Amino acid sequence: MSDNVTTDKYESASNREDKLAEFEVHKRGMFGNVQHWLHLTPAAVPLIVLIASILIFGALIGDRFFSPFALTLVLQQVQIVGIVAAAQSLIILTAGIDLSVGAITVFSSVIMGQLTFRYGMPPSLAILCGLIFGTLCGTLNGFLVSRIKLPPFIVTLGTWQIILASNYLYSANETIRAQEIETHAPLLQLMGTKFQLGGAIFTLGVIFMIALMIVLAWVLRHTAWGRHVYAVGDDPEAAQLSGVNVKATLLSVYALAGLICAFAGWALIGRIGSVSPTSAYEANIESITAVVIGGISLFGGRGSILGALFGALIVGVFSLGLRLLGADAQWTYFFIGVLIIAAVAVDQWIRKVSA
Amino acid sequence: MSEPILKGRGLIKRYGRVTALDRCDFDLMPGEILAVIGDNGAGKSTLIKAISGAVTPEEGEIWMNGKKVHFTSPSDAREAGIETVYQTLAMSPALSIADNMFMGREIRKPGIMGKVFRQLDRPAMEKFARQKLSDLGLMTIQNINQAVETLSGGQRQGVAVARAAAFGSKVIILDEPTAALGVKESRRVLELIQDVKSRGIPIILISHNMPHVFEVADRIHIHRLGRRLCVINPKDYTMSDAVAFMTGAKEPPTEELAA
Repeated sequence: MSDNVTTDKYESASNREDKLAEFEVHKRGMFGNVQHWLHLTPAAVPLIVLIASILIFGALIGDRFFSPFALTLVLQQVQIVGIVAAAQSLIILTAGIDLSVGAITVFSSVIMGQLTFRYGMPPSLAILCGLIFGTLCGTLNGFLVSRIKLPPFIVTLGTWQIILASNYLYSANETIRAQEIETHAPLLQLMGTKFQLGGAIFTLGVIFMIALMIVLAWVLRHTAWGRHVYAVGDDPEAAQLSGVNVKATLLSVYALAGLICAFAGWALIGRIGSVSPTSAYEANIESITAVVIGGISLFGGRGSILGALFGALIVGVFSLGLRLLGADAQWTYFFIGVLIIAAVAVDQWIRKVSA
Repeated sequence: MSEPILKGRGLIKRYGRVTALDRCDFDLMPGEILAVIGDNGAGKSTLIKAISGAVTPEEGEIWMNGKKVHFTSPSDAREAGIETVYQTLAMSPALSIADNMFMGREIRKPGIMGKVFRQLDRPAMEKFARQKLSDLGLMTIQNINQAVETLSGGQRQGVAVARAAAFGSKVIILDEPTAALGVKESRRVLELIQDVKSRGIPIILISHNMPHVFEVADRIHIHRLGRRLCVINPKDYTMSDAVAFMTGAKEPPTEELAA
């Protein structure tokens, strides 16, 4: 009897193909369509906001703002935050957060400077050591998060203080002046190299920031590692069960973030000319701001890293635009605050998309 | 009686003071559907996790096709050809169907793009995923790049089963595959199980749903207090017998040779 049941099942199994579930395309309405499209292209919202804010400030201020010079000035002003935001994006995609990015950035730049001037190391070697140092700091964060299983917020709250304090202790609060670097070790300022295209002025640091974002966006989308970063941020347990090495992925993400911060430290020397242990202290909060405005979910697994670039540029456009309008600098913070809340609200709305 | 394809002997796993597996034995015969039933907390899930590599038993041995195996991670078991559909489905909701099916075993592009830049071969992955889904008569998927979170519960379950069926060359384990589903969707999953069986792949089915168990299982492994209480043939016993064995209300048959 049970055999009969089984055969029946086979028959029904083989006959049912035609009547089986399709993925119904039902009408979503225009609102629903927009929501669905945003779900697929998470960087669209910040891009639209960026373009809109450029147009609005352009209309209000005119040529002074709407010029290649002013617009590329925004790029130069956001380059450090932009590079750090790339690192922050990787971490936030894994549902973590890194409060130590600013500290790693500035200590790496201090190491590059001090190794050159205190110990007479060739600048190229000093830069290499700075980059290695940044990677090691990131690896330490990654080790504590992935192996010891401490919450990323706590880990990086701790390493932020530790690295920043070490930075002041090691540098003895001493700034290396721009002229000294210019005459003895111009390589340290390499990222500040300017070149002109019409009225637009680019620096190597700006080019590096844009190239880094594009490369990371490609890697996240088109390599297994990139998919694993999203999977780990989405649901680490599910990722583990479906064969992703969660620990190794987390470790690699934090280490890479450290390396990127060290590059930001190099770009920092190019940007401000000197090596100062008190610079870039606000980079951690600004990078988180850029990432959030860029539409990357703080809960992990969602968003596009290009959004973080747009987010950083939005902040840059607002601060330059408001300054040119003669507004109090506090208005910048006011609007950034509004944008952050709006961005998170939009993120929540997009997440609700289903079927 | 032929040699079991998967065999566990004396498996022990403790969580603190709780003994989840207490010298547990286990046998899966080639080509069969073996249901594993047991009360909550009987240790079914731990048994399944031990077989699928998610948990490493402290003592005991697992043989596969007569060879001793030692799994320390789900990937180990997957490499050996054991695929598991977990109750939670273990999928990343924000990623696409194709991405999820290939999670942890992605295909890379041939040539320099794949070797040096490690680029994924998306077209190949999508083609394979689409083919596997329609092979199982599962769904006519319009967009294989759809995020899993936009699918219904039944469709997600279907994708998870298709993933297991596509890669599980030796054994497929299904943990409560119908628990979260409606009547119609459960029916579809049961049909899917029969489909997979007809390909000659043995299945371990963990379920609380007695009608489903009695409908598809060839043998029923009854788990109680961390070990195998008995194995019965669903033709010889009723559902209430099974429940009685499971809860200890009735003495189990002494020696059962159901095959």
